[in-house]
Order: sequence, then structure tokens, then C-alpha cells
Amino acid sequence: MKEATVKEAAAQEAAARETTAQEAAVAGWRPAPARSVVLRHDRVRQADLLVLPERVVVLSGRAADVLRLCDGHRQVGEIVDELAARFPGAPVADEVPRFLDRVREEGWLR
Amino acid sequence: MTGPPAPPWALLAELTHGCPLRCPYCSNPLELVGRSHELSTEEWEDVLWQAAELGVVHTHLSGGEPLLRRDLAAIVAAAEGAGIYTQLVTSGNGLSASRLSALVSAGLRSVQLSVQHADPVASDRIAGHRSFSAKERAAAVVRDAELPLGLNVVLHRDNLDAVDAIVDLGVAWGAERIELANAQFYGWALRNRTTLLPTRDQLSRASEVVERRRKQLAGTTELVWVVPDYFDGVPKPCMGGWGAVSLTVAPDGRVLPCPAAGTLPDLDIPNVRDRSLEWIWRSSPAFERYRGTEWMTGPCTDCPRRETDFGGCRCQAHALTGDASRTDPACALSPDHALVRALAEVPPPDDPESADAPRYVYRGARPEPRERATD
Repeated sequence: MKEATVKEAAAQEAAARETTAQEAAVAGWRPAPARSVVLRHDRVRQADLLVLPERVVVLSGRAADVLRLCDGHRQVGEIVDELAARFPGAPVADEVPRFLDRVREEGWLR
Repeated sequence: MTGPPAPPWALLAELTHGCPLRCPYCSNPLELVGRSHELSTEEWEDVLWQAAELGVVHTHLSGGEPLLRRDLAAIVAAAEGAGIYTQLVTSGNGLSASRLSALVSAGLRSVQLSVQHADPVASDRIAGHRSFSAKERAAAVVRDAELPLGLNVVLHRDNLDAVDAIVDLGVAWGAERIELANAQFYGWALRNRTTLLPTRDQLSRASEVVERRRKQLAGTTELVWVVPDYFDGVPKPCMGGWGAVSLTVAPDGRVLPCPAAGTLPDLDIPNVRDRSLEWIWRSSPAFERYRGTEWMTGPCTDCPRRETDFGGCRCQAHALTGDASRTDPACALSPDHALVRALAEVPPPDDPESADAPRYVYRGARPEPRERATD
């Protein structure tokens, strides 16, 4: 039982560290699409797409709403605030920075 | 088929069959379209507008050598204006900084450059044209313009042992993606099959190199390995299915479900000069011919992979068996698989000269050379 508590505490600490690293990674970052990436709406398929040199990514859910705000001017915090105002009650502060980070890892945001 | 087919994603625009290179595996048809029969600027603009309406998202501006088209920037601008993402597929010959700058201003998004070998002498020998230094300059120009660069390399007996060096070259040239495509044998490549066919040992060594380099380069340079279907016993899902994902427009406006489909007999090939692209994609007999699974024969009919590989390549089935509706002989389940197996297992001819200088039948003279001199 005690061991479990220690483990939980360690996990919580690790999670906290991760959050800090993530915050550091996004601090001051003004996300913009990578040079070769185009975000566009596809009228024919009624879908939002990320278009790359050899690939098309069909965006699901609210991904396009988030990415459309990545214009190289807005900071991550500003993007979060705008989305929070637009989608009250959605877990924006938690999920958006993580999502942006993942998209950057794919090389689609800079 | 129930309902209209899903819209196409990509259009391969073969702007011209003219090309300074004479590669022995050239994928253009045996009979090239002369330059006087090419679609005009206005016709290409119209094709691209129609393509966007139909759902095309990507266009690969290819050839031949698309840079031979003086109106290339106008064609790029038409694609960009229609909302289509453009990639230039080039030998690099003729890609100066000023030419690229004009194309980028018109909306060009990325460049794919062909390379024949990492060694300049070997590359020029395979291309049948002194072209390596132009390619090197072209890569630098693309990098300076900060456009994403892809390399495409057709692999065969003469360069498979150099895959490691080819990957090094791609990294040094700043390529984000290196496509290592084992030669496919139809058209001109079929003429050179004996000379181009690698050995099984070569292939397994090369594929090990690719695996190792892929791990090493993960996250920086993407390596794409297009399988040698003669050897794997698994057919390629050609074009992602007939009339399913993309279409090819030839220099004279003929529209094909795959660039090699012009080799199939009795295929009534539609032309954008006569018909709308929408009709061609949705209703033309040529695009309906091998769409879906109903046309399938032999082991394909109840195969669990029939919607994965679509029975393989129709052009290969026709080239090897004379019947385009048969299972691709590259498939181990095909009753005709022995045809491919016999070729794959034959050791290369024991010609002492062949190791240094393979005897290629180079791609023939360019179409209508006199006309080319005037453009």
C-alpha cells in the first residue's frame, strides 16, 4: 500500500516535470505551419486538410480550428485563450499545447 | 459500383515527353508525344481548374523534363490559383536560381529531383547524358530557396550496391525525403530488363542498408523503399487502385489511370480535348475498366488482399501474360508467377564487361528534334 503511494507520488512528480518541460517548450513559441505545409479546406470532401509534398493529412475534430490560429503571430497562450473563449468548457488549456507540440514533432509546425 | 467513385487526390501532369536524359528505364511510353501535339498553356490551365473542382489536391508537374515548357510558371500559377499543391518533378537540368524563383513566385511548393547514382560518372552513364553537375546545382538552388527537396532514384543492378552512398548524397544535398524505387519493368525498362534486373543478394543487402539508414535518419530524412515486386512475391498496390486515387494527363491531353496504361490494348483512352475531366474520372470506360474488384479473375476473386493490392499492376499482367485482367504475375498466388520467378532467379549474364559498363538500350531520340531546336 505504502509502496503504491510512493509510486503514485513519483508518477505525479514525473507528470509535473513533463508539464514544466512542455510549458518551457511552448513558452514564447508563435506556431506557424512549416514552409512546405498548407492548411486548407477541401470543399469537395467537406474536410480540412494539411497538405505536404507527398502526403495529405485529413484533420479530424477541432484540429483545423486550432491550426488556423497558428499564424506565426499568436503565442500559444493567446491561441489557448481564443479557443477557450470560443469553446467554453472544453479542456483547451490542457490539450491544445500538447496537440501543438505533437504537430511540431511531426514537422508540420515550426 | 455503387454511386460515383470517390474523388481523386492527385494529378500527374506529364507536361512534355521531351527530356535531355536518356535513362534506360524511362517510364514514358515507347511512342512519345511530339512537342507540337502538347496541350497549350490555356489547355493546362483549364485541366487544372477542372481537376480542383473534381477534388484533386496535389499535382506533380512532370514529364519528360517539365522545365522544357517555357510556360511552366503559368501552369504552376494556374494550379496554385485553383488551390492545388504543386510539386516539380525534374532531372534538374535547366533549374537555375532565377527559373526557380519565378516558379516559387507562381506558387511552387516543392521539388523532386531525379538522381541516377551517387558517383557523377556512373550517374551520367546511366542517364546517357552529362547531367550530374546540373543536378548538384539544382539541389543547391532548391535548398537556397528553402523549398522541400525530395530525391528520387530508380534502383537496378548498376546502382543497388551504392544505396548507402546515394543516401549520403541525399543527406548532403539537403533532401527531406529520398525515394528509392526499384525499377518497374514495362515500356523502356522492359527492353533493358536483362541488364537492369538485380540479383536477389544485391536486393537483400540494399534493403538491409535502407533499414539501418532509416533508423539512423529517423526524424530528419525520410527513406521510401519501393519494393522490387519481381522478387518479393507480393504485387504492388499499383496507383492505390485503378481510378481510385490519382490520374495522369499525358502531354497530348490523354487521361490515364496510370502513366503506363497507354500500353494496354482496347483501352479507349479519353482526352481532355474531347471530354470533361469529371466525365473521364467518373464515367469513362477506361477508368471504369479495372475499378473496384468486380473485374478480377483467378486467385484475386476471393483473395483477402484484393482490396489491399487490387490484384497488382494491370500493365504488368498484360506485359507478361497478354491479358490485363489476370492476377499480376508478381504475386506468388498467380498461376503465372513462374514467369517472374524464372527471371528473378536467373543469375545475371556472365559478361566480364557488364560489371563496368552495362550495355543499355538508351531511351531513343527525343521527339521531333527539329522543333525542339526552335523553342
